[in-house]
Order: sequence, then C-alpha cells, then structure tokens
Amino acid sequence: MIPLSGDLGNAKGIVRETLGSFETRRGTSTLKRGFAHMLKNGVVMDVTTVEQAQIAEDAGAVAVMVLDKLPADVRKAGGVARTASIRVIEEIMDSVTIPVMAKCRIGHVYEARVLGETDVDMIDESEVLTPADEFHHIWKWDFTTPFVNGARNLGEALRRIEEGAAMIRTKGEPGTGNVAEAVIHIKNVNTELRRIKSIYDAGDEQDLVSVARDLKVSYSLVEETASLGRLPVVNFAAGGISTPADAAYLMTLGCDGVFVGSGIFKSDDAKERAQAVVLATTFWEDPDKVKEAQKMVDERQSMLGLDTKNLELRMQERGSTA
Amino acid sequence: MTGVNIGILAVQGDVAENLSATRMAMDDLGVEGVVSEVKNPEQISDLDGLIIPGGESTVIGTLSLINGSLKKIKEKIASGMPVLGTCAGMILLSKKAKDRIVGNMEQPLLDYLDITIERNTFGRQKDSFEADIQLEKIGVHKFRGIFIRAPSVIEAGKNVEVLSKFNEKIIAVKQGNIIGTSFHPELTEDLSLHKYFVSLVQKKN
Repeated sequence: MIPLSGDLGNAKGIVRETLGSFETRRGTSTLKRGFAHMLKNGVVMDVTTVEQAQIAEDAGAVAVMVLDKLPADVRKAGGVARTASIRVIEEIMDSVTIPVMAKCRIGHVYEARVLGETDVDMIDESEVLTPADEFHHIWKWDFTTPFVNGARNLGEALRRIEEGAAMIRTKGEPGTGNVAEAVIHIKNVNTELRRIKSIYDAGDEQDLVSVARDLKVSYSLVEETASLGRLPVVNFAAGGISTPADAAYLMTLGCDGVFVGSGIFKSDDAKERAQAVVLATTFWEDPDKVKEAQKMVDERQSMLGLDTKNLELRMQERGSTA
Repeated sequence: MTGVNIGILAVQGDVAENLSATRMAMDDLGVEGVVSEVKNPEQISDLDGLIIPGGESTVIGTLSLINGSLKKIKEKIASGMPVLGTCAGMILLSKKAKDRIVGNMEQPLLDYLDITIERNTFGRQKDSFEADIQLEKIGVHKFRGIFIRAPSVIEAGKNVEVLSKFNEKIIAVKQGNIIGTSFHPELTEDLSLHKYFVSLVQKKN
C-alpha cells in the first residue's frame, strides 16, 4: 500500500473550514495522493476538444488531460507551447463526469494558479509545454489542487515529490508514438529503487545518506522510499504509447496506470483504439484479452511515429536537472 | 475451505488499500479465511463477501459489464452475499446515478441499493475534504471520513437504513447485507468499517 500521509502538515494548500457542524480540511496529502490512488489501473487520455473528451469517457478513460494541441502537434508547430484555453477546459469539465486535468508550464506558478481557480481536478506540470523556469519547479504544497509531475529517474521523481507532487508519471518522449523512452525510464526508476531497497535492507544508513546527497533530496524521503521499495506516490507511465500492447507492456513493468497522449487521437481509429487501450490496461495480466484488444486496432491506422534518436526537440530533458 | 473468502473487485481503483484493510481487520478479529483480488465471474462465484473499491464508477462498471462480472455480482447479491461499496462502489450498487453538473447518466449499475446517487455532490477535487463523522448505528462513534470527489445519496427507499449524514447529505447506507459509503474507509488506519463488514460476512457464512 502506498502511504498517504506525506510531509508538510502545515502546507499553505491546506484549507480548514467549518461546514455546518463539521470541521473539515481540504488539500491535505491524504486527499491529494488519495485522488491519484483512485486512478490506479486506469488510462488518462490527452484530449483537445469536447468530442474527444466524450469519446475518452465512453471508452473507459479514468480521466482526461486537456491540451491546446496534442504533443505530436506541439512538436510540429514549434514556438512556445502554453496551457490550454480556459474556455475549452471549462466546456470539457461541464460535459464529462470523469476527472479533468490540464497542463501548465514547468515553473509557471501563475498558469497553475489559473488552473487551480478553474477547478481542474489535477494539474500536470509538464515538459510537453515550454518551461517557464528551467531551474525551479512549482512549490506544489502551496496548492489545494493536486499535481502530477514527470520524471526520468528516481532523483527527479523524489525531488518532485518533495516539492509536493501527489503523483508521478515516468516520462517518455511525448508525441513520438514511440514507447522506447518510456520503457527506458520506468526501468531506470525500478533499477534505482531495487538498489536503495537493498541498501535499506542491509541497514547501511551511511550509504543511504550518500544516496540522498546524490539525488539532492532529504534523507527521510529516501529512507521512506527505500523501505517501501517503490515510489511513495502513484506512478503512471507516459510518452509514446500508441497501441494496446504498448500499454499492457508498461503495466508489466510495474506502473500503476498509463497516460496516452497523441497515440489515440492522432490515429485514424481513435474510438476503437481508446477502448482497446483501456481493455489492455485493465486485463494486462491476461495475454488472450490483450490480444483481443490489439485485434480491435488496425496497425495501418496507428500514428506513424518518430525515431527518438534524431529528434531536434527532446521534451523529456526539460527541467530534469532541477 | 475453512474460513471466509472475501474478494476485492480488481478492475480499477484503490484495490490494494481495501485488500490490506480487510486483511488487517480479519487479523484483528481473529477471523480465518482469505482475501484476494477478483476480476472475472469465475472468481466472483466462489466468494462469501465482496468489496467494490473507490475509483471511477464509469470505468469499473463498463469493464465489469464487458467481461460478465456485473451479472455474476448481481446473482451473488440476490443469493445474499454481503457487499461493501466505497465511493465508486456505492455508485455501482445503486439503482440510479446522476451527476451534479452533467445530469442523468447512462452508466452500467448493479441496480440493487434502492437509492438515487448524486455524483460529485460536493464539487470537484479541490472541494474534496476530510472530516470526523459518526456511524452510531453500527457502533462507531467517530470515524475519519475521506471524501474524494464524493457522491451522496439524494433519495433513499423504505428498506434503506441511513448510517450516516454529513449535514443534510446522506453519506452511508445499508440495505440487507449491502453497505455503501460516500467516503473511503480504506484510506484511513481506522479498521472499524472493514471489521464490521468482515463480521457481516462471517455471520452470513
């Protein structure tokens, strides 16, 4: 079980209120991380319109992520990618019952504030958009709305959690239709987790301190993570997922669910593909069911995809050293 | 087999949390048996009790309909199997669900609890909250309620016992051996509700 308590009981994002005869608290770590727990084993789909959001909901998406452009189009368009139109986000919030997330630029505190005021259910501080601050991410404890952040390795994931992220998604290379980078990063995180778990099991506190120094995070967070042998928040895979088999493969690597960006709505069979990816994510342990899901899509309709070796823009590197 | 066989519907949502809470509740009570994740009709037909966890009710419902689990759960409920549904789980157990903003929904439901649900009744995630509530009718005087995009019961039939209210809103109900809660007992360390459910299953067994 993933712990829900987390740090910073005095975070500015926590709101204490009296409602009738009840004392209530909002924005606690339990509520933020708990929200992410409700998404487990699900598929979060990138959408740009109400129609796409409804297709996603009908297909069994656990949430939708609203963008101005799908990552593949962001890549093509170049220029500065910013948070989506608030009007579009609100229209989507009024037309689906599942949670609605939206992306803000890395470090852009005020885009995040605007999304918080819009009442989105979760904010993704995302490398798909052009970073506003390469050196500082948002201090997410200040927000009542939970955040998800991307990470390529354990250090990046723990630094984001220390800043208050309630959920992590291991990064791939967005908008490429190529799952290779997502696979590398989830495996990286797993390898590092196994390493610190073995240090913890050996009782070598000194070595654990040097891990904390290397990763630039607090000892207590490293110790907690090492004792669990997994990230202390829900972890989804993301980046380049295009087919049901892609999603099922990432589930076998131990992630709690998947984000699908361009893979669905840049294909020519979005409706069937959305359903098929959900089925494969749910029943990933059953190869026969994943085969049935894979059969629902036509490879000739898949997005073409890109070789990640020769990209001009590597979104995954944005903000990763901070 | 000796002891009770309790399953957690493992389609989507916070399955692991319910699994560990149930296991701890059984240990505390000294009840023998097994708790496991269940996904398909064959696994469900062997159960003495079922927990439908929190998650997205549309997702859990749609996928359980596709593989025949929903039909099997209905049969088991008709034969008297106790079920606990938390949040999305309560929505699935209900006869009717509508959304506060979007309105009437066509989502697959188990159509058993004689209640009408309002989904997202307290608002969106930012309005999710924690508060101490009471479940006096089952002997729990104080319980930490974790409400995450929670539903409430806006209409309850004669056979439905109201177990708890938050101001005017109904947040926990019982009808026969079926319990539904708006909140997430599996996200707290308080095992009272899971213990109550385990003893229901044991009694029925």
